[in-house]
Amino acid sequence: MNTPSDFRHQHASHCESGVMSAIVRHYGLPLSEPMALGLASAISFAYLPFVKLGGLPLVAYRMPPRAIIRGLQKPLGLKMRTETFRSAEKGRARLDALLDAGQVVGLQTSVFWLPYFPPDLRFHFNAHNVLAYGRDGDDYLLSDPVFEEPVRCASADLARARFARGVLAPKGLLYYPEGRPVEPDWQQAIPAAIRKTVRIMLRAPLPLIGVRGVERVARAVERLPAGEQVAQSKLFVGHLVRMQEEIGTGGGGFRYMYASFLEEAADRLARPAFADLAGELVEIGDGWREFALAAARMIRDRDPFDGPRLAALLRHQGQRERELFTRLDHATR
Amino acid sequence: MKAEDVPQEGNTTLGGQRKAMYARGADGRIGIVASQGWEAEEIVTRQAVEELERLAADARRRALAGETSPLEYHMYRARMDITLLSQVTGLWAWRVRRHLRPAVFARLSPALRARYAAALGIETQRLDRLDP
Repeated sequence: MNTPSDFRHQHASHCESGVMSAIVRHYGLPLSEPMALGLASAISFAYLPFVKLGGLPLVAYRMPPRAIIRGLQKPLGLKMRTETFRSAEKGRARLDALLDAGQVVGLQTSVFWLPYFPPDLRFHFNAHNVLAYGRDGDDYLLSDPVFEEPVRCASADLARARFARGVLAPKGLLYYPEGRPVEPDWQQAIPAAIRKTVRIMLRAPLPLIGVRGVERVARAVERLPAGEQVAQSKLFVGHLVRMQEEIGTGGGGFRYMYASFLEEAADRLARPAFADLAGELVEIGDGWREFALAAARMIRDRDPFDGPRLAALLRHQGQRERELFTRLDHATR
Repeated sequence: MKAEDVPQEGNTTLGGQRKAMYARGADGRIGIVASQGWEAEEIVTRQAVEELERLAADARRRALAGETSPLEYHMYRARMDITLLSQVTGLWAWRVRRHLRPAVFARLSPALRARYAAALGIETQRLDRLDP
């Protein structure tokens, strides 16, 4: 039996990897958050100037939402069942039925409608993942992995968050495993997952994905005007930094978490080359933080706005990631 | 980043929460360290919030002067823009834009008013008010 009391909340750095590692752990297979990210090949970079969010282009340091939910199915032999709903009533009834049957259930929500979030972080971002593990009166018991402790959310608020509309509308999405995860053949699964990431970072068919996306965004930053339109330029670079995700990955944009995955991979496969590359990726994460700091100083006018200087930092990041993933490619062979 | 370098700058934007970050600990392994925030992130988060607050304040001023409808103020107060409000209400963007004109807004049907209020998460009567 899975009663609410035997679910254990664990603080994580990112919502989807946090929820998925919690689900897998709950159903019997110890799995770290970085391993969930790495096995699902969920690290990436994408710059889609034609998709606008609040007037600014889509920038992501990872694969699209649901990549981890889907990506863990094959390596862990785990069938994830996903359901969306036409109406909030049906969505709520199904969630209640699953919880009463003892399941833990992943939910896609909009941050804006979750009252337990700090007000400054409540933007209309529709792909935030939380885990429901029980209910108590009108409250749902939620494990939101980016919070230190479990939280509660009233049913009306949760319904709003699950049925928010707009870009990436969740449509009440809930997900749970059918059956139990099995321990993968690490010798096979880890190199396969790394090779997929290498392919995305180095050889994506579009020049907007992977390291070429970093180069492309550098070009856009270089052209940002410093004169009268500087406020708009600052919003653009601020957006680049925000997408490294404040509740999330602390400037390193998933690079530190992937480094931790490589370190774990080095141990599991007894391949010290991965640990060396993890060290380099930590330094690349530091480079992303350096970019964030330089941008923040310009936004607050501690330094004059200098697009070419920020572009140079981004190009350097692109170059270093190109080298790292090339070496990682060789290390898996 | 080393665990001791994980920023603990007490960001107001985090509302007292701590976030999990991966950093290299004293044992040489990369693991989770709870962070109270980093000023650089506080700056970019506040930048986005302040931009929306600026748009809301500006819309409020114009609504008081009768140059726009209160709907524009409520839209920015709910951290939305015309694109998002149109997606959430299911109305064409040009209709939403039209409803920002005071004369058109004044004649809005009760059904449309209810739709806007639901999308913005406020009570219908509140739509006409401009209290900050």
